[in-house]
Formats: sequence, structure tokens, C-alpha cells
Amino acid sequence: MNTRAAVTAAGMTAAAAPRPGTATDRLQRLLALVPYVVSRNVVGLADTAAAFGVTERQLVDDLNMLWCVELRSPDPYCPIDLSYEGGEIVVSQAESIDRPLRLGVDEASALLIALRMLAEVPGIEERSALSRTIAKLEAAAGEAAAASAQVAVQVDDNAASGVLAQMKDALARGRRIHLSYYVPGRDEATERDVDPMRLLVVEGRTYLEGWCLRAESVRLFRLDRVLAISVLGVAASVPGDAQPLDLDQGLFRPSADDVLVLLELSARGRWVAEYYPCEQVDELGDGRLRVSLRTPDTRWVRRLALRLGEDGQVIAPSAVAAQVREDAAAALAQYE
Amino acid sequence: MSRRKTERLLSLVVCLLSAGRFLTATQIRAAVPGYPDTFDAFKRMFERDKDELRELGIPLETGTNSSADDETGYRISRQAYMLPDIRLEPDEAAVLGLAAGVWRRAELAGAAAGALLKLRAAGIDAEEITQPGIEPRLQAAEAAFGPLWEAVRDRRPVEFAYRAAGRSSPQRRRLEPWGVVNRHGRWYVAGHDLDRAEVRVFRLGRIAGPVSFAGRPGTVTVPAGTDVREIVRDWDVHPPALRTAVLRVRRGAGHGLRLRATGCRPDPQDAAWDLAELPFSDVGWFADHVASFGADVIALEPADLREAVIGRLKGVLA
Repeated sequence: MNTRAAVTAAGMTAAAAPRPGTATDRLQRLLALVPYVVSRNVVGLADTAAAFGVTERQLVDDLNMLWCVELRSPDPYCPIDLSYEGGEIVVSQAESIDRPLRLGVDEASALLIALRMLAEVPGIEERSALSRTIAKLEAAAGEAAAASAQVAVQVDDNAASGVLAQMKDALARGRRIHLSYYVPGRDEATERDVDPMRLLVVEGRTYLEGWCLRAESVRLFRLDRVLAISVLGVAASVPGDAQPLDLDQGLFRPSADDVLVLLELSARGRWVAEYYPCEQVDELGDGRLRVSLRTPDTRWVRRLALRLGEDGQVIAPSAVAAQVREDAAAALAQYE
Repeated sequence: MSRRKTERLLSLVVCLLSAGRFLTATQIRAAVPGYPDTFDAFKRMFERDKDELRELGIPLETGTNSSADDETGYRISRQAYMLPDIRLEPDEAAVLGLAAGVWRRAELAGAAAGALLKLRAAGIDAEEITQPGIEPRLQAAEAAFGPLWEAVRDRRPVEFAYRAAGRSSPQRRRLEPWGVVNRHGRWYVAGHDLDRAEVRVFRLGRIAGPVSFAGRPGTVTVPAGTDVREIVRDWDVHPPALRTAVLRVRRGAGHGLRLRATGCRPDPQDAAWDLAELPFSDVGWFADHVASFGADVIALEPADLREAVIGRLKGVLA
């Protein structure tokens, strides 16, 4: 009776590779696959596999499974007819699953929150496309779009006017730039030449990623800390082996060469553990904390310790602790 | 195992979508292959299947075709199931790809990918863009984001332990959450604090331990006209700077202060120093800031600021 199942059961063993994901993950893919083909009339096996992030073999297995659907009552019939001969998929009959399933609340929200965030990014050129896309997506999502209004991502726009425009100009024309750049940790205004790589918005702020000729490495520059910028008449030449920074784990990436600093904080000084990525945080009772963090430059630790006063104490390295006391004594001497 | 289950669920969806009317459990069992033989075993498996379909967002309805029917039937309305027609221009599809990449590995990344899959299935060619002009992204969020998003989405009250700034121990808080806002890269939740009977804002990073639901879905009402962004912004905003400090700043140092100075002139007493005027509001916070510059910045006025800086510096030596 179930002729199709019999036909492909033989062909199945070849394609019976283990695949990740649950039965419902796969069901979602199958329900998207049919409309994907239908809306495009004809699609290639290879392109489709790439679009769905599966191997061609897995895709063929999916197509076979769809083709094998057979309902037994009232009369046996096969609601889906398709072929993939010659590497091209054609769906000739799809019954009622020829359209994708509606967007869920999480799905609609993930895109709408991101689109609205993008619309706030300073200097983004696609503003008109963004508002049109938001409107169309809201209409298509219907009720599922409502909850997204309860989540918002705010993007700061506090860079000096002109800084962003000059950076974009340098990126577009492949030019080197010169920056006067403020480094708060050392309270220094630095001068440096940078070959721009890309603009990023991370943690609500805009950064330029570029090859810093002074540091001879890839660095991030926060736009609101740029004191002055000029686009140079020199072509940028980012070394071929310069890697974009992996920012998925945050902006700060400690290195094994960094100094390990141990601090003890009072309850009032706990904010340090929120603001800086600590390697370890131990509760000492009464809200007190012991934290350890890595830094390539201990000058900002000295500034942090002065700021904290009695609410934070450098425990190690002892040389840094001694420097902090000297700093405080020198500062107090100015008040006598 | 899982292959058979996929086949069965797929057949069930197709069956209920194409029937166009309510089918009874008996009719479904007759039509969909893959269910066990005994009716009880079928019922148990069918119950689980219904839950799984609903979890995927498939609108499985129950009802009867006419008031004369006394057995509950099931159907999936095509109208409720299908994504309405959506067509995007190429530039719109491009920003959609950019948006899908924003979440990266953060909380809603999977949902964004799922949405993109459905939109591609609707005929939209949206590629995730890797090299746009500007690349915005959201960091992996605080652990509390997931449950608080669910609570906001489903309008449920929550309960959590919260360590307010400077507090030595966390306190239990009960909240009707109205919204979640990211500001300067940090997540906040705003809502109605049930114990204090006031609008309050909490920073997700200060929530200690798990967030638990403290009521049923749909029991939180967000007052009309509520703007959670505004609530969080007002909470976070610094009070207006109404006072002016006079600072002695060493030449070539104190750049962070010079950036905000309203006036700066050479110190007539000593050419190695400048005199800078800065607006401030909170003496404590500003004294911390001035102290962080060590011997390069000296607070001259007002007196309470000067005393506070000296206190900070003495605290270091204590």
C-alpha cells in the first residue's frame, strides 16, 4: 500500500547519516523547505543545502521524507509530490504546506528588536530601508510583534560630529588616518596612525577597529574618545595576517602576558566586579569581595585604587600596592 | 526513533492542515501512520505530539464542526498557520540579514535564525551580512535575561534576589516586569515593585541567583503609555550639574577632566599648572573621580569637595 515508503526505504540506508537536532528541529526545517522551493519554482540541491545549513545528503533525505508522506484515510493519498532529478528541486504538489509557518513571538521579536537597534546606530546609511522593513515585518508578524516593544537597545551617539564621517570616508577610500586618542586608564592623550578595518557597535557604543601602527596590532578605538582625526594622503595597508577581534565574549580579552591583580573590595566597591571582567570573584562576607583581574598596564589599577579609597585595596602584586600608597601620599602632599 | 517521530509529526501537520475541518482523535488515528495500535497508547502519544506542535508555534485548535458533535476535534486553520505574504526590496532584505546577525551568540540568536529561515522560505533572499558599513552586535546577555524576557513576553510577575549598589547582602524582590532595556551594553528591567508599590529599575547584572515566576501568564498589565526606555533613562541619568568646581590641573595631564571643563586658564602662580572649572552634581562621585588623577589634579573649591578628595586619599593609606 505504502509504495513510496517502500521505494525510498531501500535508498534510505545510504543517507542514514547521524544528524544533530531533535525531531522537532527537523520538522521545522521540513516545513520551511517546501515553501522555500515553491516560492522559487526551481532551486538547485547545492544552493538549497547551503541555505539550510545541511549537507546535500541530508537535504535529499529530507526531500525523500516529504515525498513519502502518506495519509491513509479516508482514501490513501500522497499529499506532496516533488523531484530532484539532475540536481534541481521542483515541488509539483505541496497541498497545504506551501507557505511557511507564521513567525513566533521570539522570532519576530529577535528581528524587530535588532532592526530598531540598527535604526538608532549613528551614521547608518540604511535608515529608510530599516523603517520600511520594520513596518513590513510588523505587518507580517501580526500579534507576535507586540511583545518586542517591551525590549529596547539604546545606542549612544556621543562621538564628536565629523569623527564618524571621516572614518567612513577613510574606510571607503582605503586611507590611513591619524588619531589623537584619549586613553582614560592612563589619563593620556595619545597620537597614532591607524589603518581602519571596520566600524562596530558594541555594548551600545561605536568603535573603529583598525591596525594601530604604534602598537603594531589590531586595536579598538571608541569614537567618543577621539580628540582629533585627520584622513592622511597615504593608502591604508592592514597586514594580511591581521585578524579582526573576536568580540563575542566581550570587549576585554586578557592575555597570558598580562599582570594578575588581586583586589579586596568593600560593599561600596563591588561595582568594580560589574564594570571590569574579573577572572575570579570571591565573596568575603558582609558584601565584601576579593576579585582578580588581568591587565596589560597597571597604571589604570593605580588610578582605580585612588578612586576607591578605603573601599578597595590592592593585595597583589605588592609593587603595585606600594605604588598606590606613594601616589596617594604624593597627592595628599599637594593639599598641605 | 527520532526519524519516525519526525515522519509522524509531519504527517499529522499535513493531515490537520489539509482537512479543512475538525477531525476527531479516531479519524486522526486512522489517517496518520505511525501511531501505536492500542487506543490508550495512541492517546498518550497524540497528547505529546499536540504539545510539541504547539511549542513550535503551530496553531492547533480544538472544537467541533457542528453543535451536534459531542466529540472534540482538532484542526490547524490555514489562515492561522501561514505567514502572511511579505515581499522585501533588495535593500530591505539586506538590513534583515544585518539584523539577524546582531544577536550572534546572545540569547535570541536561535530565534533570529529561525525567523530568517521562515522568511527565506517565503521567498526572501536575506543573507547574513558579514561586511557592512557598520557592524552592530549584542553581547551574550546576563543570565537573568532569558527568564525576564519570558516574563515580559508572557506578562508574568517574577521574584529574585537583588543586591542593590553598596548593599552588603541581597534582598528578595517581587516585580511585575514591564520591559527590558539595554543601555551602555548593560541590561535593565523596569516594572512595578510589588513590595514597595513603586516603579523600579533593576540591573540584571546585580540579580543574584535564579529568576523565578511568581504568577500566571497574563497577570501583569503594563499601564497604557508606558515607555520603558524612558523609565530606565530617567533612573540612570545623572542629576543636573548645578555646582562648579575649581581644580588645579598639571599641564599635560588630566585629559579626562579637561574634556569636560567649562573654562581653563594658566595658573598665575605656577606655569606648570592650569586652573580648570568643571560642573558637577554629586560630591562623592566627583571626589572619587578627582582622586583617581592622584597628584596631577588638586581640588581647590568648593570646600566639601576638597575635604572629600582628601578623605579618599587618606582612605588609601588607612
